[in-house]
Amino acid sequence: MKIQGIKKISNVLWEISPSFKGGMKVPVRIYASEKLINQMEKEVFEQITNVACLPGIVDYAFCLPDGHTGYGFPIGGAAAFDPQTGIISPGGIGFDINCGMRLLRTSLTYDEVKPKLIKLVDTLFARIPSGVGGAGALTVTQDEFCDVIEQGMEWCLKNGYAERKDLERTEERGCMSGAKAAKVSHKAIERGYKQVGSLGSGNHFLEIQVLRPENVHNRKAAEVFGLNIPNQIVVMVHCGSRGFGHQVAQDYLFQFLQAMQKDYHIKTNDKQLACVPFMSRDGQDYFSAMQCAVNMAFVNRQIIIHKVREVFSDIFKKRPSDLGMEQIYDVTHNTAKLEVHTVKGKKKELLLHRKGATRALGPGMEGVPFEYREIGQPVIIGGSMETGSYLLVGTAQGSKTFYTTAHGSGRVMGRHQAKKQFNGRELLQKLKAKGIYIRCASYSGLAEEAGAAYKNIDDVVKAAEQAGLSTRVARLIPIGNIKG
Amino acid sequence: MSFSYRDDMASADIAFQAQGKTIEELFSSAWQALIEVMVNDSKKIKKSITRTLDLEQTSLPMLLLIFLQEALFYKDAQQLFLIVEDIAVSHEAGSYSLKATLKGEPIIKHKHRLGIDVKAVTLHKFNLERTDHGWEATVVLDI
Repeated sequence: MKIQGIKKISNVLWEISPSFKGGMKVPVRIYASEKLINQMEKEVFEQITNVACLPGIVDYAFCLPDGHTGYGFPIGGAAAFDPQTGIISPGGIGFDINCGMRLLRTSLTYDEVKPKLIKLVDTLFARIPSGVGGAGALTVTQDEFCDVIEQGMEWCLKNGYAERKDLERTEERGCMSGAKAAKVSHKAIERGYKQVGSLGSGNHFLEIQVLRPENVHNRKAAEVFGLNIPNQIVVMVHCGSRGFGHQVAQDYLFQFLQAMQKDYHIKTNDKQLACVPFMSRDGQDYFSAMQCAVNMAFVNRQIIIHKVREVFSDIFKKRPSDLGMEQIYDVTHNTAKLEVHTVKGKKKELLLHRKGATRALGPGMEGVPFEYREIGQPVIIGGSMETGSYLLVGTAQGSKTFYTTAHGSGRVMGRHQAKKQFNGRELLQKLKAKGIYIRCASYSGLAEEAGAAYKNIDDVVKAAEQAGLSTRVARLIPIGNIKG
Repeated sequence: MSFSYRDDMASADIAFQAQGKTIEELFSSAWQALIEVMVNDSKKIKKSITRTLDLEQTSLPMLLLIFLQEALFYKDAQQLFLIVEDIAVSHEAGSYSLKATLKGEPIIKHKHRLGIDVKAVTLHKFNLERTDHGWEATVVLDI
């Protein structure tokens, strides 16, 4: 182990005691195999121990198997705070508020889609904006945008962009009710109102995937999630709140930097951990503005899925319902939410920060859609365009991390290095030969997302499973992908 | 314009170091480094649209930070790629101010060789300092 002070608890659990660093209020728990913890940069340990120093933190600061360096919190970091005595920090949520994953199933098989794959991907690429600064597929005025960010997916339902089932199968039913547009700057609205229904770029993607029979790990759960056809086709979307969420985070990070010491006498080890008491006016304002960005991201993914349904419908000349195009689930992996958990045997309301970390409720828990309640909440883990992604399910043992698991693969190679090592056009051809057809707005951006730039996703989901945070349901293999 | 990208500072994102003999040159270099993450052929950006900036902050590093964020604002809000045409930084009574003229054109997917979208200019390892040769800034961008 390269970092002194880390104690091995089990093959997938490591602990750093508060004696590691002055000011740590709780220990750190890192859920990872030896291979994964050795892949984590030294900075991850600095960042997660800085999180353990924050006021009001409860139990542990958590780092998940996909942990890598972030800003303030590491990506793959989670922490719960006492709402009465603790803080809220934009650095514990991320600039891309409610960056998240959505998975849509179809009743189509690989053999049915394969002859139309190129047309499907080309049409999706033409109709769903992606790339730098892309305007979205939805046109709304700034006033209408304020309704969007306050109402979330309810707005989509009212305006014909969603079905009731889409809301039922979305975390928070696609709307956080504390969202108030008045708490958001005009600059954030200006930056975001034209971007609803756009993918962005970086590691964001829309992917057509196939579930091969040999990749079903939990047949019962797969059937409950409607995955019961050999070589069934699904569509996965990964994106967030676009420029709107980025500006909300930026605005409040600056505000908190000024207020943190002057008004609240809080010191942090890292400026990116700027925070204020959750119950303060500043804290409540940010919580409300953050919920606006959470809602915007839910709507963003909904509009994209609406377009996906339109494209499949046009190409297969059938209604989306006749193609079995039902949402499996939508999960967020960059949020702060009030949740009730058991701490030292007592039920307690906590403010859960999850940054690059996914909620994973176990079987029977409130918050899991009724139709999935027997088996637990679906968890969607996005992988690279070469290696595939996973559908997991939450477990009862997940209480140890307040029902939180990993969110993705985590990078191991810098973007600049990846660009030097891989050529976007060559990569595109290589993947085409492997049966993965890709359209992208940027070839250099594509090179940065090469599979070798990421940790092995199998290692990540296996570590999460061995730790009891989530279990595998199915591995989903890409066949078509659009990227920004 | 003098800048270089640093792979050893942010594996998931992009970091750069920018230099300038004067503070204005440093600000221009940092802006250019940011723009070139998003568009690979920034020299081909036509100067058909003009925007002006008038910013004020209590410190020079924070002035640089909010200056760079304007590039992201115009990229998202108005879908513009802008280049610094003219810039002046001044210091008076504990306050730093900046006036700049930016010129550029709308982002066109099929015309510009797009790079990768930048979400935010972070405070992570953010640094601005005097050097023997002028000024240097270290900036990490969230991708």
